[in-house]
Amino acid sequence: MRRLGLILVPYLWLLALFLVPFVIVFKISLSDLAMAIPPYTPNLDLTEGWAGLVSFFRELDFENYVWLTEDALYWKAYLSSLKIALISTALTLLVGYPIAYGMARAPEEWRPMLLMLVILPFWTSFLIRVYAWMGILAKEGVLNQFLLWTGLISEPLIILNTNLAVYIGIVYTYLPFMILPIYASLERMDESLLEAAEDLGCSRLSAFWLITAPLSKQGVIAGSFLVFIPTIGEFVIPSLLGGSKTLMIGKVLWDEFFSNRDWPVASAVAVILLLILIIPIILFQRNEQKQREADG
Amino acid sequence: MALDVFSPWDDPNAKPLIQFKNVTKRFGDFTAIDDLTVDIFEQEFFALLGPSGCGKTTMMRMLAGFETPSQGTILLSGQDIAPVPPNQRAVNMMFQSYALFPHLSVWDNIAFGLKRDRMPKDEVAARVDEMLRLTRLEKFGRRKPHQISGGQRQRVALARSLAKAPKLLLLDEPLGALDKKLRQETQFELMDIQESTGTTFVIVTHDQEEAMTVASRVAVMDEGKIVQVATPDAIYEAPNSTYVADFIGDVNLITGTVKAEGDKLHLTWAEGQSEIVGSSSKTFSKDQNVHFAIRPEKVAISAQKPEEVANAISGKVLDIAYLGNISTYHVQLAGGQIIKAQTANNRRISRRSFTWEDDVWLSWTDTAGVFLER
Repeated sequence: MRRLGLILVPYLWLLALFLVPFVIVFKISLSDLAMAIPPYTPNLDLTEGWAGLVSFFRELDFENYVWLTEDALYWKAYLSSLKIALISTALTLLVGYPIAYGMARAPEEWRPMLLMLVILPFWTSFLIRVYAWMGILAKEGVLNQFLLWTGLISEPLIILNTNLAVYIGIVYTYLPFMILPIYASLERMDESLLEAAEDLGCSRLSAFWLITAPLSKQGVIAGSFLVFIPTIGEFVIPSLLGGSKTLMIGKVLWDEFFSNRDWPVASAVAVILLLILIIPIILFQRNEQKQREADG
Repeated sequence: MALDVFSPWDDPNAKPLIQFKNVTKRFGDFTAIDDLTVDIFEQEFFALLGPSGCGKTTMMRMLAGFETPSQGTILLSGQDIAPVPPNQRAVNMMFQSYALFPHLSVWDNIAFGLKRDRMPKDEVAARVDEMLRLTRLEKFGRRKPHQISGGQRQRVALARSLAKAPKLLLLDEPLGALDKKLRQETQFELMDIQESTGTTFVIVTHDQEEAMTVASRVAVMDEGKIVQVATPDAIYEAPNSTYVADFIGDVNLITGTVKAEGDKLHLTWAEGQSEIVGSSSKTFSKDQNVHFAIRPEKVAISAQKPEEVANAISGKVLDIAYLGNISTYHVQLAGGQIIKAQTANNRRISRRSFTWEDDVWLSWTDTAGVFLER
């Protein structure tokens, strides 16, 4: 009985915080736009009994999904989001791996401090940090002023409101999610493995490729998913740092909800986004599972 | 028909494989190895024995190339190895933690070093299979290290370090992670493999029994110096210092002053007790303060005073440690000193001759013990 209770807790959690909201969103995506509160029809009215239920289901249809396929904006936004997420993930890996490696090789008494430093940005609001980047990257921003002062450039660089600013923002924001799992996998690696590899005739570099890289693979995969999955749906960074040309599905979703007040289409966009994300999430879970098996 | 005894260290013409020449290694203020000179010969099974922190692991790591001496030179076959990086030395090491690559199968672990040498594929396969046979791991080639037992992992580590047929194999506490029974079996396996491959082995251990079992010569180390290098029996029977006598096995130490009488030495050690008679190859000045060291199993215990024995002292049984195959009697002498005497339990315990508080005689011959400088 107690075991059943324990198992039920996470399932109830999932039901209340994932499945129920999803069903509501899915239902809205099948509805029609209406000038009302809430801004869609039909609404389920149980006072009318069975007949009401039947007519309620009659009115639901997939026309919003059809609409998504007809307007090129949407699939372009999906593709563009995928591209930005992929490139950002690669960039984050490129920046994060050396940091994680350096942390794992640092003297043991430094490591808690370095970990603290990685986590420290989380102590301030995400929004404030993105605004701070606006201040840095703007035409009259700190970065341009500094570069002009050093004489490296004579004209201010246009970074803010370009895709470059979006990449900078995403890499900055999601870097800890990349560093932490890689650090965890590197840190528990036995350093005598590298000595053994060297002893058996490896150079330092080939020891890295033959030993360190494969042993940190799980960390790299975990970190990449942790960056990739939230980046696809990201909308704060592209709307604050990106320009009018930056097309991301999160931004489209936001506009549908709050500018067009078209909740049904916005919900359809969200449902498709979720379906796209299910694949990497499943892959991520399988990676975690594999790691647990390897550790066991 | 005596077998040719392997003892190149006694042969002045033998060329050592490894020579430590006045090697010193410092880590900051700490001197790990202090002006150490020692020769290790080909096909030797050389044991570095000492308490933790005595510098034995540092010596090994210098041989492997992970540390460089602060002063002095290390020669391998007459050549200074200081400038040779670890990945180009004809030296392989078996790590204390085994350091098996967890993402590679047993087979690939053993093949790792061979592949780095760009050996042709079929030769690699042949060599790996040979190593698997040598270490009786044929069935486990495809498993990952976490899928085999501790003893098997130890053998994989050995096979991997032997695969490249090194001139010198270093073993860092190779049996430390095994339980006692498996350790004893593995010691004999190690000796067999060492003999059949003819590789020179240098083993680091803090377990004196292990060093005595496997090694052709044992170097007892203390605080960065080698205190004594000798065959296991010489280390045990003729320790050159109190440190060695005390470190290896159990020993009774009696302090006193020594004087020579004829070819024997006499030790005056307590008032009212007759002098202890012994012999020594070393010479001592008259009335020099010395330790007389005697192993418990060389002390006989009897109820009556034995006749015609060089040394006999009476005392009272204070304690008995029953170890199954042997018993150690702690006998208190008149002056309060305690001497340990060991006897083999070749009778059932119910028929034991002595018990607590019994008055007994301890006796030993005049060649049983050694005199050591204090």
